[in-house]
Formats: sequence, C-alpha cells, structure tokens
Amino acid sequence: MDSSSSVFANIVRAPEDPILGVTVAYNKDSSPNKLNLGVGAYRTEEGKPLVLNVVRRAEQMLVNDNSRVKEYLPIVGLADFNKLSAKLIFGADSPAIQENRVTTVQCLSGTGSLRVGAEFLAKHYHQLTIYIPNPTWGNHTKIFTLAGLSVKTYRYYDPATRGLDFQGLLEDLGAAPSGSIVLLHACAHNPTGVDPTNEQWEQIRQLLRSKGLLPFFDSAYQGFASGNLDADAQSVRMFVADGGECFAAQSYAKNMGLYGERVGALSIVCKTADVASRVESQLKLVIRPMYSNPPIHGASIVATILKDRDMFNEWTVELKAMADRIISMRQQLFDALSAKGTPGDWSHIIKQIGMFTFTGLNTEQVAFMTKEYHIYLTSDGRISMAGLSSKTVPHLAEAIHAAVTRVDTYCAVSTGLVYALQCES
Amino acid sequence: MESLSTKETTSKDCNGKSVFENVVRAPDVPVYAVMVAYSKDPSPLKLNLGIGVYRTEDGKPHVLNVVRRAEKLLLDDKSATKEYLPITGMAEFNKLSAQLVFGADSPAIKENRVTTVQCLAGCGSLRTGADFLAKHYHQHTVYLSQPTYGNHPNFFLAAGLTLKTYRYYDPTTRGLDFQGMLEDLGSAPSGAIVLFQSCSHNPTGVDPNLEQWEQIRQLMRSKGLLPFFDNAYQGIVSGSLDMDAQSVRMFVTDGGECLVAQSYSKIMGLYGERVGALSIVCKTADVASRVESQLKLVIRPMYSNPPIHGAAIVTAILKDREMFDEWTVELKAMVNRIIDLRKQLYDALCDRGTPGDWSHIVKQVGMYAFSGLNAEQVGFITKEYHIYMSSDGRINMAGLSAKTVPYLADAIYSAVTRIL
Repeated sequence: MDSSSSVFANIVRAPEDPILGVTVAYNKDSSPNKLNLGVGAYRTEEGKPLVLNVVRRAEQMLVNDNSRVKEYLPIVGLADFNKLSAKLIFGADSPAIQENRVTTVQCLSGTGSLRVGAEFLAKHYHQLTIYIPNPTWGNHTKIFTLAGLSVKTYRYYDPATRGLDFQGLLEDLGAAPSGSIVLLHACAHNPTGVDPTNEQWEQIRQLLRSKGLLPFFDSAYQGFASGNLDADAQSVRMFVADGGECFAAQSYAKNMGLYGERVGALSIVCKTADVASRVESQLKLVIRPMYSNPPIHGASIVATILKDRDMFNEWTVELKAMADRIISMRQQLFDALSAKGTPGDWSHIIKQIGMFTFTGLNTEQVAFMTKEYHIYLTSDGRISMAGLSSKTVPHLAEAIHAAVTRVDTYCAVSTGLVYALQCES
Repeated sequence: MESLSTKETTSKDCNGKSVFENVVRAPDVPVYAVMVAYSKDPSPLKLNLGIGVYRTEDGKPHVLNVVRRAEKLLLDDKSATKEYLPITGMAEFNKLSAQLVFGADSPAIKENRVTTVQCLAGCGSLRTGADFLAKHYHQHTVYLSQPTYGNHPNFFLAAGLTLKTYRYYDPTTRGLDFQGMLEDLGSAPSGAIVLFQSCSHNPTGVDPNLEQWEQIRQLMRSKGLLPFFDNAYQGIVSGSLDMDAQSVRMFVTDGGECLVAQSYSKIMGLYGERVGALSIVCKTADVASRVESQLKLVIRPMYSNPPIHGAAIVTAILKDREMFDEWTVELKAMVNRIIDLRKQLYDALCDRGTPGDWSHIVKQVGMYAFSGLNAEQVGFITKEYHIYMSSDGRINMAGLSAKTVPYLADAIYSAVTRIL
C-alpha cells in the first residue's frame, strides 16, 4: 500500500496529550502496586471512580419518565439549567441576575465554555490578548490560541515558597495593556493548588478594574475546594458585586462527578440587560457552527438536582464528603513525610487547595518515581490527591522520600543550574 | 470564610460603558425563527412543517422504543461510570458506526484505513472535519450544493475555508440539474473539497440515482477532488441502511479517500443527545493513524472529549442482534409513514385539481419535500392557514398526518391559484 498518493501523506503524527498520556502509560504498566495520580478525576478510598448517589437518583427519575423526549435543545441549551447554573455561581440573590445583566449558555463542560467564550471575544472584543497564569492547566493555551486570541502569561506560582508570587502577579497584570483579558482560576488552581486569599483577590480586583482588564474565570471546582459552594465562589462574586463585567466558565465535571457527560455553562456578566441580550444573540452564532446545540442528558441531571431542595442538599453532603476526603489525604501525606523525616518543607501539601498538589518534584524525580515505584503523575510534579487512599499514602510517601534523597544526588552532578535550583537542599 | 465587605467595591471602580456596547444584535437563525413564530401562534389549526424532526401520526415527538429500552439497560448497569471518554470518543461506538456506514465487510475497515472519531452529531462531525482540513489539507475551497442545508456554509466558514457552490436543484423539473452539477464540479480546481449529502438531500429531497452517483464518482476521482459526505439520513430514504449508504460505499470501494459525517439525530431519534461520528477513509493504515492523532488536536481544545450518554445508547443498540433488528423495524415504520404521506398529499393535490405537476412530491425522497412554492406563497400559507414551513418551500413530511394532509392540500391549492 502506497501512502504517497494519500492527500494526507505529509501529516505529522501528533504527540500524545501529556496529561492523558500519563493514564495511557499507567494502563500499560503491569505492576500490582501501580498508582495513577495523573488525571484529575475523583477516586474513592477504594481507588474507584464515583458516581454520586444523587446523580443516580436523578438519572433514574429522568430515564423512567416516559413523557420525556429527545428533542433538540435551543442553541443556548436547557433554560432551567442555565438559570440554576448562574444562581449557583453568582448567588441566588445576585443583583446582576436580578437585573437580567447575565447571559448564561450551556456548553460542553469547562473546556467548551472556555472555547465558546474565547471565540466570542476573538470576534467581538477589541483586545485580543489573554493573560494566563504561569503555570496553568495544559489545555488552556491551545483553547485560546485556536479561538484566535494571543496568549501571554503572568507570574503566579513561586517555586521557592510553593505559594503565590503575589508581587509578580500584580506587576505583570499591572503592565498589561488596557482591556486585556485575564484568565483567573476561581478556586483550587490547577495545577498548583495555590489560591489567592480573599484580601489578595480584592487587590487583584481593584487592579483589574483600574486598568480596565477583562476577567475570565475558569470555575471547575466550586464546592470541591473547601466543601462549601458559596465560599468557593467568593472570588467570582467579588467581580460581580462591583458592578463590572466578567466571564465565567463553569464545569460540573468534578463537583457533580459528571465528567464524561460534558456539562458546563458560560456566563457573561454585562453592564446592562440590553447588552446581555445582544451578547447572547451573538453567542448563538459561535455555537451553531460548532455543534448546533448542546447535549441534553448531563444538563438535565444537573437541573433536576439543583432545583429540588432535597436533592440539592444531598448533593452538598456528597460534595463535602469528597472535599473532606481529599483534605484528609493531604494531612495523611504530610504526616507520612514528616514521620519519615523527608528533607524539605512539605507544608505546601496541606496549604494547597483542591484536587491537586504541586509537589515541587522535578522531572527527574518524577521519572524516578514512575520507574521505580510505578507511580504515575504529570512531569511538572502535579499529583491528584483524589487518586490517593489511606492504603496508598505510605507507598507514595516512600516514593517521594526516595526521589528526594536519591535523585537529589543526581541533581548535584547533572548539568544545568535550573535542575539544582529545583532540588531539595 | 466570611464574605468580603463590598463597601470599598463600589461601582465607581467600574463606571463607564460595557465593553460590549457595540455588539450588534444577531438575527435569529431562520429555521428557529419559524419555530418561534409557530409556538406563538394561538390558532388551533396550526401545523409545524418547519424544523426537521420526526413526528408521529399524532403530531408528537417520537422516542424510539428500542432507545428507551437501551436507556433502561444502561441505567441498570451499576458498573457504568461517568469517566471521561477518550478524546476520540467511545471505541466501540466508533467501530460500530464505521461498520454501519461503510458495511461490516468493508475492505477499508479491514485494512485499518479508516479513522472514526465520535463527534457531536452531524454538525460537530462537519465542523471537526472542516477544522482538520483547514489545518492539514492543501486546498481550502469547499463546494456546496445549490441549495443545501442552511447551516452547511457556517461550519466551513468558521473553519476558515472558502465556499463555492455547484448547481444541484433544477426548479423547472424540481429534480436534479445533473448536467449543471457535472459542469460545475468539472471546472473545480484540482483537490477542491466537495460536500455531498449521501441521501435524502436537505432541503430538496432530490438524490442522484446510482448511475449518476457513479458518474459523479468518476469525475471526482479523475479531477482529484476530495469527497466529504454528510450522512444524516441513512435508512430514512428506503428503510434499508445498506441501500441508503450506497453512494458513500462507492467512494470507498474504489480505494480512494473521503470524509464522512454521520448523525444519529434522525435515524435513531437521538436529536438532543448529539450523537455522531466523523470518519476519514485514507489510503493506508499509517496515514489513518496519523490523521487520527491530529483529529485529537482539533477536538481537545474545542470540548476535550465527547458526551457519553447518546453514544452509549447507540452502542447498546448496534451491538445487540435483537435490538439492532428492533431498530430497523421502527426505522422502516417511520419511513413507510413518510412515503405514505407523500402519496396522500400528492393524491389530495390531484383531487383538488391543483394547477401544476405535483409528481415531485412522490419522486423526492427522505424527510423533506421541496414543494416549489415561492416565498410569497409560503407567507400566504402561514398567514391564512397557520402552516409553518421554511421560506424556500421546504416541507417536513414527517410533520404531517392523515388528518392534516387535506388541510395542507387546501392551503397549497389556495396559494397556487391565488398567488402566482
């Protein structure tokens, strides 16, 4: 068979997605001790995926209701779902909602919401540069670039403290051209787990407003960070309470465990109801040539849960249990490393928030842990805490201890100042 | 955590106009505008023959029995999770979809020359294919039939491709302008992409016959044009899944390359679940594999990975002998009802002595009849009879019933005799 006559003969094989590639490698590993701390999907204490009870209940109700049909949703999605999603993130009493200044459209989870928002901006906004934190979720850059925006970064993570480089953040955003778009993680920053405090958020807000920068929130972990839905939405609500405009991409992948059903929403908070209405009409022109209208099933599950008092409460209980288990894993890992006397300060493990911990391990140490201990994580040292259990924490602690004490020696002899700086001293 | 005081956060921080002040209100998509008008109409006689969804004899939306069965089975499977699908979607769904359109014994499938990725129905498949071609194909011109489905231009424009049209519908015969089609495709630049509808052409209901498809195929291959099939009605024309896929299969049997966008919206009534697949048939397995790796780079920054539910339903049905058969029976029933309605409408128009030749109603195939009514006549019918259809005169046959055919016939008769 001759490929030269293919019109696609010259297509280059694309590299595997780095995050998903971790799971591919994990699946190929035959070791009984293997541990997947790669993808950000919640796992139970038994290491299994979790479908929330309230989700199963909602699904039962929907599937057993023979009066339900499968007609196309409107381009903007399920109306109930949109209203309830806006209330969830902005608060039921949000003046912006009451004043009809918010347009909310159902999209395909967080990714879809970001992409639709970005394409809208590329078409209708005057400043086509978006500032993203360094580091950020691996897919962010591609989403914005393909939508036609140009991407710049602002300092965010400080490897020395494993916390926020707040000064750097303020300087970089302060130097951004007026009108630039700024991507903000609403809470549980991915991959670092480092979030600004409320006081820091207030300073960020004042800076963005004074420089006329446009905030674009990625809210993928509301309720998952602290266990409290309102607390985790504070950052976003600050930017609405001040009467200004902003974007919010919402995902139900993690907080309702609806990952593969692709449920999310894009909200745009505008100055006036008329602007919001015109913006919505233009959002339809972004969505229609992409996939026409969004999928029913996941959004119906969410709407069913959010609008029923009992089910909503049941959800918050299950959500808190997930968040609490992760917080407990953090504590256990920290305690295990302390007990081992692992060199270095590991307090960031309990200070960081949400599903991920940015361990501070370098690529050599990560590779070592994968090779010697069959522990899979992304090469930037990010681990998914949700993938841990009380049973597997000791194995991970051992691996980290070994990586830090043994690979550190490699660092001393390897070339490159950058490696030495990243190692534990 | 206590909520931060908003005293300092007064709106003087953000006075001034909206940054979207100059955003223009977009006009409503025409087919949706028809729906909105219909829903606002208080007349008890109103009839919606606009949007392309199947309706029962009682005028109600239809969820197939086998689909409900499949959904309940899925619900009972306690081991099912909601984990992310791979970027390319559900593997079994992809295999079964490829087999459905290309035939289970297709050499292209056996030789691993086909990459199939789950997408969001036909629309998502077309857009993914368009984005892929814009990135990786050397020729950025797409030829669309004149007329075509209203949304077709948008996928390709959004992808950054250039549009041209080829003659297709002949208003004088209300059939295919085959000569015009061959001429226009014949003068297309080598390598140009040509969008075909595999069957049940939307909006005209006019399909090439097999001999014509063969001539089209020869022309396409001799000029090195790249076929892209929109396959949204497989089974809805004849009731036979294999027969309705003949056009596509011709272009695979000849060993050449093509793209196929598949939709389960109409053929399985899964509309709002957004289930479909894009297949790219390549010269070799290695090319197909490389193409697939690049398709992932189109999908991941669009929505990461596709939704589970609809694909799980399709998979459950396609892989089970009994359920598959049940599906084909329900599909045939839908098709027979539509074919019967065509006959009823034709007879009713003839009975009334409606001026003109109405045989196109029974010659056209699939879900739509291109009535031949002009915009003025359509407007008249809507105003006087509260019957809604697209302004190009396209009628959704599936929206009719034995009860409403006479009413439509009256309306057409009226329009044709009073407005010329």
